[in-house]
Amino acid sequence: MEWANVILQGILVGGLYALFATGLSLIFGVMRLVNIAHGDLIVLAAYVALLCVTQTSIHPLLAIFLVAPVMAVAGYGLQRILFNRTLGADLLPPLLVSFGLSVIIQNVLLQIFTADSRKLSAGAIETATVPIFNGLAVGVLPLLMFVAAVAIIAALQFMFYSLPIGRALRATSDDPEVARLMGYDNRHLFGVAMALSLAVVAVAGVFLAVRANFDPALGPSRLIYGFEAVIIGGLGNLWGTLAGGVILGVAQAIGAKIDPGWQLLAGHLVFLAVLAFRPEGLFPKVDG
Amino acid sequence: MPEKRLLDIRNLDAFYGAFQALFGISLHAERGETLAIIGANSAGKSTLMKAIVGLVTTRNAEIRFAGGELAGRPTQQIVREGIALVPEGRRLFRSLSVEENLLVGGHLHRSGPWSLMAIYDLFPVLREKRHQPSTSLSGGQQQMVAIGRALMANPDLVLIDELSLGLAPIVIRDIYAALPRVTAAGTSAIIVEQDTSQALAVANRVYCLRGGRITLEGTPASLTRDAISAAYFGV
Repeated sequence: MEWANVILQGILVGGLYALFATGLSLIFGVMRLVNIAHGDLIVLAAYVALLCVTQTSIHPLLAIFLVAPVMAVAGYGLQRILFNRTLGADLLPPLLVSFGLSVIIQNVLLQIFTADSRKLSAGAIETATVPIFNGLAVGVLPLLMFVAAVAIIAALQFMFYSLPIGRALRATSDDPEVARLMGYDNRHLFGVAMALSLAVVAVAGVFLAVRANFDPALGPSRLIYGFEAVIIGGLGNLWGTLAGGVILGVAQAIGAKIDPGWQLLAGHLVFLAVLAFRPEGLFPKVDG
Repeated sequence: MPEKRLLDIRNLDAFYGAFQALFGISLHAERGETLAIIGANSAGKSTLMKAIVGLVTTRNAEIRFAGGELAGRPTQQIVREGIALVPEGRRLFRSLSVEENLLVGGHLHRSGPWSLMAIYDLFPVLREKRHQPSTSLSGGQQQMVAIGRALMANPDLVLIDELSLGLAPIVIRDIYAALPRVTAAGTSAIIVEQDTSQALAVANRVYCLRGGRITLEGTPASLTRDAISAAYFGV
């Protein structure tokens, strides 16, 4: 029963990792942009949530509905003003620019908010649990994170495969030049993709802020979790990304159970094993 | 009464960086016409098609289409004005099904004769395969999807680059058999071909390109075989 509990907690944390990874996966899928600043954008969203909560005294979880639109608009602007200028046949310029953005976000946050770690307090919900059976219980907050991850991925899948905007994004991803021949404005579509990505980042950022302490330097390690979940699950498959997040979460939970020092190492080892033996990921998207 | 002249290109130079691919091209197409552009590999045929839709940089050119100037405008705007290009090599969206490819072509919702139903009537084989991945089709069927995808935009002018390249003769025949129905519906066409005899059979007028210049222009009936080979091969 103790082990069942460990694995269950790992699965639920995996939902948060999937949230870290989804926006990353989406952006890479649509425009082949590896966004090194992704983790820092998650932390930025956490600080935006902090501002919302301190200024309006809104409940942190409800702040998602403020932070998500703010981050989405910022994402659209970021794409139109910055990233669209770097996209092309060469993958290096967008990589370097996003690396630069990462450094800038970290330092701006450090200037404004100092290096002190912060946390959003969500009140009683943080410690509330739902009993399942026989002494097994899950926390309401981790459950909420997991449900949010599943709902967001289901919504994105629906958008990609059943709505005209999703068809447009897939077409642009397949062949940007021919997409223009269909009358699409790729710069706008890429902006929409970045807006979606940062809306998901906003949700991840708020949960990050409620779950544990955060500070301006936390971004790169969140980026690593996101990367690992994407690679484990397989590129271009959002359900695979969820599975990747869950596998990472479970590996960390098992590692931590064996020895608290092994938590991060266990996750990285699973990632390395996937990279070594199945580099295309466990659930790669099959074309055609 | 719309102008009879649909497309009027004057003095078009096209460039890939510093390399000049087209030199002083002038050509025109009337409404309802089918033009054939013939020429050997690297004569500049595809470049001309891309220049018309703004995918290649032009200089000094006047490209008047249905009375408006196209030169220098972005591709997505030119497409909205009513020109659709079937690109060389078909280039279907590989992660989209046959029907999704067609729907993407029609997303601007310009009014006109072409709809999913009309495309399936034109190429019935696509109706059976509409939910299949586009990559599962034969080359000829993919060309049908590519042509259908362009027609879905309800263009006034459809440009078909290398219509028959790499396709089986029997499929080429089927596609050429469908072309008169395209022009009968009011869509003018410019076909780029290396297979001269096919092109001459359907075209109202022919232009031959060599080395980025127009070397011959006329109606198929007025051109002798010798004149065509001289223009084509430069001998």
